[in-house]
Amino acid sequence: MDDAMLSRLLGPKGPEVGCDECFEQLDRYVELEVDGDDADAAVPGLRAHLEGCPACHEEHESLVALVRES
Amino acid sequence: MTVATVAQSSMEAVRVDDDTRAWLSDLRSDGQARDAAIARLHALLLRAARFEAGRRRAALPHIRPSELDEIATEAADDALLSVLARLDDFRGLSRFTTWAYKFALLEAAVKLRKRAWQGREIPLDDDAWSGFSTGGLGPAGAAEQSELLAALQDGIASLTPHQRRVLVALAVNGVAVDVLADRLGTTRGALYKTLHDARGNLRAYLEERGF
Repeated sequence: MDDAMLSRLLGPKGPEVGCDECFEQLDRYVELEVDGDDADAAVPGLRAHLEGCPACHEEHESLVALVRES
Repeated sequence: MTVATVAQSSMEAVRVDDDTRAWLSDLRSDGQARDAAIARLHALLLRAARFEAGRRRAALPHIRPSELDEIATEAADDALLSVLARLDDFRGLSRFTTWAYKFALLEAAVKLRKRAWQGREIPLDDDAWSGFSTGGLGPAGAAEQSELLAALQDGIASLTPHQRRVLVALAVNGVAVDVLADRLGTTRGALYKTLHDARGNLRAYLEERGF
């Protein structure tokens, strides 16, 4: 048991969106992020979800990388 | 970049860039223009799916490059169907290409996660948590760590059997959520909701006991 395991067990603090809402908002959130705007204010709860959901986290990282490369 | 205001099906007026407007116009047209737009869209989605496969290649050394490319092509095919089916859902809050990319990345990521787990046992043993030991839990003293560990184990034991199984599979055993969803005949969203509820119950259990 370490702090990483504890984080995985307890998840993020505070409200978070679910996977479906994350997918719906992801393109807008990523563009705001890449443009340097306040994505977290525009889409509350999405950052917490990315901390708690490894699959959505991976897809977010990929979309950021792809948009930056495009 | 110039922008224009277009009316969406919801009648909500949003500002979209010229490239996005051209994509929507071509994909909603008829005949050769639409066919050409669909071919360009498939190429765009295939690029995104291959991008995802490339990011995961190092973690999938047992999968041949040709198979990875087959998976990417299948992902692009499926993403194309999703994008076309949901075209009227596009609200113009991002560029069209960014919106389309996410479908290809999702399809590719899900297929590659499932391929990575193919042939592997999916650990659904919800007793895995009972073997936790102290160590690594920040700077707290040994006695405090032992108390936290005991409370965690009691908290996990207090969950419903379904919550416990999902929490242990995803958070302790590291099973991919899409793989577990398939195995349990549910969706990623429903499974994450169960995980979220389990985490909330566990957090409340600890807080009630002063942790």
